[in-house]
Amino acid sequence: MKPTVLAPRSGLLLATAILLAGCDGPQSALAPAGDGAERIANLFWWMLGGSAVIWTLVLGLAAYVTRFSRGKHSLVASRWLILGGGVVFPTVVLSALLIYGLMLIPALRTPEDVGMRVEVSGEQWWWRVHYPSPDGGGPIELANEVRLPLGERVAFDLLSPDVIHSFWVPSLAGKVDMIPGRTTELIVQPTQLGTFRGACAEYCGTAHALMNFQVVVMEPAAFERWLAHQAEPAQPPRSEIAQRGLESFLANGCGACHAIRGTEADGRLGPDLTHVGSRLGLGADVLPNTTEAFVRWIGHTDRIKPDVRMPAYGMLPDDELAALATYLSELE
Amino acid sequence: MTDSAAHPHDPADLERQKAQEARLAIPWQAPKGWRYWSAVNNTEVGQWYTTVAFVFFLFAGVLALLIRTQLAVPENDFLSAGTYNQIFTLHGSVMMFLFGVPIFEAFSILILPQLLGARDLPFPRLSAYGFWCFVIGGVFVCGSIFFGVAPEGGWFMYPPLTTAYQEGIGADIWLLGLSFIEIASIAAAVELIVGVLKTRPPGMRINLIPLYAWYILVVAGMILFAFPPLIAGDLLFELERAFDWPFFDHTRGGDPLLWQHLFWIFGHPEVYIIFLPAVALVAMIVPTAAQRPIVGYGWIVLAAVGTGFISFGLWVHHMFTTGMPGISLAFFSAASEAVAIPTGVQIFCFLATALAGRFTKSTPMLFVSGALAIFVLGGLTGVMVAVAPFDFQAHDTYFIVAHLHYVLIGGMLFPVTAGIYYFFPLRNGKQLSDKLGKIGFWLMFIGFNVAFLPMHFTGLLGMPRRVYTYPADMGFDVLNMVSTVGAFVFAAGVLVVLFDVVRPKGKQADSPRNPWRAGTLEWLAQMPPRNWGVRSIPIIKSRYPLWDQPNLMADVDAGRYYLADAEEGKRETLITSTIDSRPIQCLRVPGPTWITLWAAVFTGGAFILPTYKLYTAALVSAAIAGVVILAWLWTGTAQIPEKPEKDVGLGLKLPLYASGPKSVGWWAMFITMIGDMSAFASLVFGYFFFWTVHEDFPPDPLPGPGLTWPLLAAGLAIGSWALTLLARHLNRRDAAVGFYLSLGLAPVLTVGAAAALFAGPHLSGLDPTTHVYPATVWVLVLWTLIHFGIALIMQLYCIARRAAGRMTAVHDIDMQNVGLFWHFMLITVLVTVAVIAGFPRVA
Repeated sequence: MKPTVLAPRSGLLLATAILLAGCDGPQSALAPAGDGAERIANLFWWMLGGSAVIWTLVLGLAAYVTRFSRGKHSLVASRWLILGGGVVFPTVVLSALLIYGLMLIPALRTPEDVGMRVEVSGEQWWWRVHYPSPDGGGPIELANEVRLPLGERVAFDLLSPDVIHSFWVPSLAGKVDMIPGRTTELIVQPTQLGTFRGACAEYCGTAHALMNFQVVVMEPAAFERWLAHQAEPAQPPRSEIAQRGLESFLANGCGACHAIRGTEADGRLGPDLTHVGSRLGLGADVLPNTTEAFVRWIGHTDRIKPDVRMPAYGMLPDDELAALATYLSELE
Repeated sequence: MTDSAAHPHDPADLERQKAQEARLAIPWQAPKGWRYWSAVNNTEVGQWYTTVAFVFFLFAGVLALLIRTQLAVPENDFLSAGTYNQIFTLHGSVMMFLFGVPIFEAFSILILPQLLGARDLPFPRLSAYGFWCFVIGGVFVCGSIFFGVAPEGGWFMYPPLTTAYQEGIGADIWLLGLSFIEIASIAAAVELIVGVLKTRPPGMRINLIPLYAWYILVVAGMILFAFPPLIAGDLLFELERAFDWPFFDHTRGGDPLLWQHLFWIFGHPEVYIIFLPAVALVAMIVPTAAQRPIVGYGWIVLAAVGTGFISFGLWVHHMFTTGMPGISLAFFSAASEAVAIPTGVQIFCFLATALAGRFTKSTPMLFVSGALAIFVLGGLTGVMVAVAPFDFQAHDTYFIVAHLHYVLIGGMLFPVTAGIYYFFPLRNGKQLSDKLGKIGFWLMFIGFNVAFLPMHFTGLLGMPRRVYTYPADMGFDVLNMVSTVGAFVFAAGVLVVLFDVVRPKGKQADSPRNPWRAGTLEWLAQMPPRNWGVRSIPIIKSRYPLWDQPNLMADVDAGRYYLADAEEGKRETLITSTIDSRPIQCLRVPGPTWITLWAAVFTGGAFILPTYKLYTAALVSAAIAGVVILAWLWTGTAQIPEKPEKDVGLGLKLPLYASGPKSVGWWAMFITMIGDMSAFASLVFGYFFFWTVHEDFPPDPLPGPGLTWPLLAAGLAIGSWALTLLARHLNRRDAAVGFYLSLGLAPVLTVGAAAALFAGPHLSGLDPTTHVYPATVWVLVLWTLIHFGIALIMQLYCIARRAAGRMTAVHDIDMQNVGLFWHFMLITVLVTVAVIAGFPRVA
């Protein structure tokens, strides 16, 4: 008895496992790691099951009425079909779904018990991030990466100085648009450690596809250490080549757009680079964070990210590019 | 019946029928040679219109294949980011504006007179004008991609990306080119509404009209309320792009969300404008396949009207992620779910009809079944995304791409293909191939599902829409490759159907008459069909007259009903009363002309030239277009017939001229002005939208336009309106002196009113580029001034018509229509004055 019962069951388990494995991915809404994403994924699975049943019923009915019924049924039966299938059934099902769906909204959006507010500004085509200073001073500006303490409710204040963007980390929560002239809010509560990917979801111009970022969910203590480190000024160059890189950075006017706290570079147009070496990706997560990638990026920004504002510095001598790249990748 | 019915085979009677038929053929024949393109008859224009819409469909389909090729593998460099963005923008825009909506209008122009046993639509030249506008605008918009300057803001064109962050003329091409086409769409909608209301056959009361005609009425009505908000939005948009009026610039008080509201107030009903006509096709095909009348006629009509209504109340579900309050999310989620109910009712009416009937298989029904399988799935995912929390994840991802293609291809393309197979014999009497139809169907059906089913998962795995590339390690690779393969299989299916349509059919035998044994009037057509539509216009007593009225086809063919002859050699059709379809007029409809083509060319110039900042040339072109249209009206409309009435057959004498609410022109004016009012209401909405988003709107202290000048404008406008109505009255009484006096003074007051309205904001120094408040005031003033211009021309036109003897006390269509226009003119002026001068004092 037992094996015959077990076999289909384990088959089902296997199928579920494959399905769930297929749902994995760094940017998957079906592999939730946050409170909001979990609730929405549950909602989705219920709706998917319901839809599959309804689709089968309707199509089965269509097959029956076109193939097998052959005029056996009266007009009265047909009229009942319209009333039952077209009015009563959908009204009941949709009302239930609506109640379930709308009851989620308060949990997804109420800013109660929020532990920290992070401000993110979407700009063509990168993310400017402001964390509250751990010591109560002015906000700390970072770019293209967000880190969150596990289990804490965090509110994102979302802004845009240029066009409409949309802030979306599918594994953690739904998306919220960033609209010029308004501040919108997204509540996130991570439930799992790990690294997740975020993307701009609203079409924002030529390089819309290349506007991404990484989100790292950390143990609260590790998060505190990370934030404290990010609040500090950049470490000075540790090698001669890095020193040449800093000089090149300042001499080529990079500081007109980029800030490196602790140096003269205090530009505000582009991403803050104070701790750029500590990030997981470059150019809004277009390249990995390696010295070679820095060389490619600085030398060919326009080829890597079309229409990007930063000019390409391919005219710099190779050794100067290498020095710049070394300096920047050491800014951990 | 006349007494000839008593002797059907009397040789003298047959002789007489032949002579009648020959006389009837003369006015209705299409022009020959190159003059063929001056035709205006619905059979010609409808066929061109349908063909061109399909050409645009194929063009946008090729764009889709380019998109799929680019996305087949990660980090592909087949297309550059800029080119890709132009391609997806154009794919969506062309499918929506140049195929989805026009194909319905085109096909309805072709088929509606047949469905109603009419000879033509009431305004053939208007259809021709609309068609030429459509061709010119469509070629202009599509052609831009070959010069690399196509719009690249997405089909939704969200500012400020498109107003301030994209160089080049792409956005202008989109705005001006498509506004031009939207106007053509509205023209066709007016034509179709009047067609359904006024050109039905005698006896076809409102509860007997074919379901397709009901859907036309609903959809054309929706166009009247849905397209004008977009035209108003386009106006604001172009004013910002060309003249820096800051409607969407938040630094000067504007708000990008205003565009989203106006766009989706149009954009959501548009989905139903595309979907409902396809349901209408199914509503014609299913009863034929079941060989019984539709079950739940009343339910379907109610559901169609209900869908139309509700579709205007759920546009905000396209904006769920803009951070709106929970109460709005709840309301618009509920409304979005509610629309599923009337949609379901329609589907269940078809199932019920099949249940109660004896079903026969056919190629059209195969496509209908495929449509059902696809559309129901699209509808279910629609129910999912209507739940706001799920939309937070699904919005702007490939899940939505999948959903909308399931809805549009299942809800529109498959039914339309079913319609092609079903109605094709009405084109030239040939049937399409069942074999090719089946091959095409399976390729399309399988290809479609292979392409779009995986996209649901691609989206939930996190792939946003409108990305030209994606990295390799995200889990999207296989899904995207599968989608691409499916897309090409789907395209192969479309090619098979295309081949079936265009393959030469000279050797193929003509289809039998009424090949599907249908019950509705369009199948009265002879094979191959004749230009005149029906041989004689029958009296209708049933929803399915070919099933229920014995001997109908023979009697129609023998010319035993109305208008069997064309004694005067003119194109004529019957006009009946709106509700109970009593014959009230014999309408002479115009024949071939080039003037509509010229009018379209110069109207096109007025829209296209500003793209290149050639404003003077554009104004000249607009002026010429105005003159051409006036010449068209002068020579082609409201013509005084040679006799007051004629015998239309069966002993019935009908007037050849009718004015006021009895005339089709009056209805067209009324319906057009409803559309005009909804555009105006959208501008007023803009004013109050800013009032709700800003604390200080209107600003305090108020910079303008003051109270005096606007009130003076309102007073003068009331005077001009009163004088116009007086002139209408005096014309009726044939009091020439009084008529000329009052209608001579009225234009002076019109000019005065316009000047006073302009003086308000002008003298108070309101500069529309400084802030959104002066810009909104100015745009309302500008709108009203343009209407004053038209109103002035109308007043002068009536004076000229009477002076030239083309308008008399009895023949006063022009004066009646101008009077009607002036009612709406007055509403426009009074609302404008109340808003710009009155509201700031209340607020």
